[in-house]
Amino acid sequence: MAAGSSLRPFALWGLPGCCLLVAAVLAGVVVGELPLPVDTVMAVIGNNLWNAGHAVDPIDGGIIWNYRLPRTLIAAACGAGLALSGVVLQSIVRNALADPYLLGVSAGASTGAVAVTILGVGGGLLGISAGAFVGASLAFVLVAILAHASGGGSAQLVLAGIAGSQLFNALTSFIIAKSASAEQARGIMFWLLGNLSGARWDDIGLAVPVVAVGFVICLWCVRAMDAFSFGVSSAASLGVAVRKVQIVLIGAATLMTASMVSLVGSISFVGLVIPHAMRFLVGPRHARLVPASALAGAIFMIAADVASRILIPGQVVPIGVVTALVGAPGFALILLQKRRQL
Amino acid sequence: MRVVANDLGWSAGTKSIVNGVSMEINAGETFGLIGPNGSGKSTLLKLIAGLLPRARGSVLLDGKPAHELSRREIARRMAFVEQHAETSEALTVRDVVELGRTPWLSSLAPFGQEDRSIVQNALHTVGMNSMAENRWDTLSGGERQRVQIARALAQRPRLLLLDEPTNHLDIHHQLALLRLIGHLPVTVIVAVHDLNQAMGCDRLAIMERGEMVACGPPGEVLTPERLASVFRVNATPLRDPADNATVFRFHHMEISAS
Repeated sequence: MAAGSSLRPFALWGLPGCCLLVAAVLAGVVVGELPLPVDTVMAVIGNNLWNAGHAVDPIDGGIIWNYRLPRTLIAAACGAGLALSGVVLQSIVRNALADPYLLGVSAGASTGAVAVTILGVGGGLLGISAGAFVGASLAFVLVAILAHASGGGSAQLVLAGIAGSQLFNALTSFIIAKSASAEQARGIMFWLLGNLSGARWDDIGLAVPVVAVGFVICLWCVRAMDAFSFGVSSAASLGVAVRKVQIVLIGAATLMTASMVSLVGSISFVGLVIPHAMRFLVGPRHARLVPASALAGAIFMIAADVASRILIPGQVVPIGVVTALVGAPGFALILLQKRRQL
Repeated sequence: MRVVANDLGWSAGTKSIVNGVSMEINAGETFGLIGPNGSGKSTLLKLIAGLLPRARGSVLLDGKPAHELSRREIARRMAFVEQHAETSEALTVRDVVELGRTPWLSSLAPFGQEDRSIVQNALHTVGMNSMAENRWDTLSGGERQRVQIARALAQRPRLLLLDEPTNHLDIHHQLALLRLIGHLPVTVIVAVHDLNQAMGCDRLAIMERGEMVACGPPGEVLTPERLASVFRVNATPLRDPADNATVFRFHHMEISAS
């Protein structure tokens, strides 16, 4: 990978980061309403992965293997995916405030989910996740067409994204107000704020491959993202096939965001704050920023999930509330820090 | 590198910015573009660099049509220093110069020792090696200009496009830069603001309202009559006894309202 002055050695943060991720996954499984000892957790994982045959209480085993482990892994995948989407969009759009929800993707996902659960679109063939995915993709396509028709610049993309978000949020509210029962409305609000409690192994089959593909695409494009630092025309004169890279990267970001929103609802601030925080730690060069953001996003999301489970005893706080409660002040800190450096 | 431009043109909406410009520039030549504000110099440079959509005409680089080359292949042949370069990223001087290696790198050819020494040489050439670890946003306008030129040199181009490179530079660095581009073993196309600096080019093209109105050696094209008609100034040629070179002194020209 490219080496340079603002790139700190990988060993300084990469290895501790990976260890921290493993520790976070363990903590995500251990901590909860019913705390489970680490050796039980290891025994259950051993039993399921290679039939180790340890004696474990089947209830504990069920909680760990069917509930907490998939939930924690989904949290990690979502955090990594959202943070990567943030890195990509901040680089391509050249706007520090860009985040995965900028392009109307989250709003579209919500509309899709609501359309499936409340209006019954798809006649029962579509699940809530599939509905969200279709909605997210549709919203992004509309936003992209509007941005292209209005000149195709990054400012146009941001403005089109705002218009798209407002439109789809309004549609969501309209459907809820018109058709939902009180019970449905409450359920859908809970989902919209981010909810990992439905996470199962099946979901991992979507989340992990999507994040893995997104991560590889981002790594493939680290130099192109660096080249965008001075704008589109500078990137082109540095030999970047601008249009192709934009389509591939924005496509990857949309795919990751749409998948994550469809699995866990909309979770704010991860895509915005994590990349900024990582710029402080590892510098602005994408060869380090991409892996660092993926790691930090995963760790942050697991921590937020653990916090959401233990913050109020006997009750799960929506994870989107936790990420916003931590993310908003975190973002304020970053803004103040930036100001001091100038 | 030999550059041939045929009938280049570009319009912003219905307004023609550059129209029907053709020229042939020889390998190793330093070719100056001069003209008043808004005469199309910057647009012409962007057209040669292939950076504008819906452009008319064609550019041949050493006989190869530029539109048949990929962006990467073009970037290995030519580097472009635009008038303005802004970034919100907290990049260091070295980071910016390393960007110049982008067209030469791939996953199979990562940044290596050779790239490092090319970057170091480029920093040295513009006199910025002592500031290599400074942040871009702490630099003055002139320092930024020199860093962008180092970035372009790190691209190891055979054609260098410079848009008013001496803007923001103090007089020492202006002369150093002109000397540098005069001695580089590459073809240089440079938009110049200062007509006395333009005298140092091998040939000059004069742009007026998007069209090329004259092209040739400076002594032939920069006549007091043409300066009066294109730039609307009275110019007195003077002779510098130090090296017998011609310099111009300019006087305001009263223009009757028409």
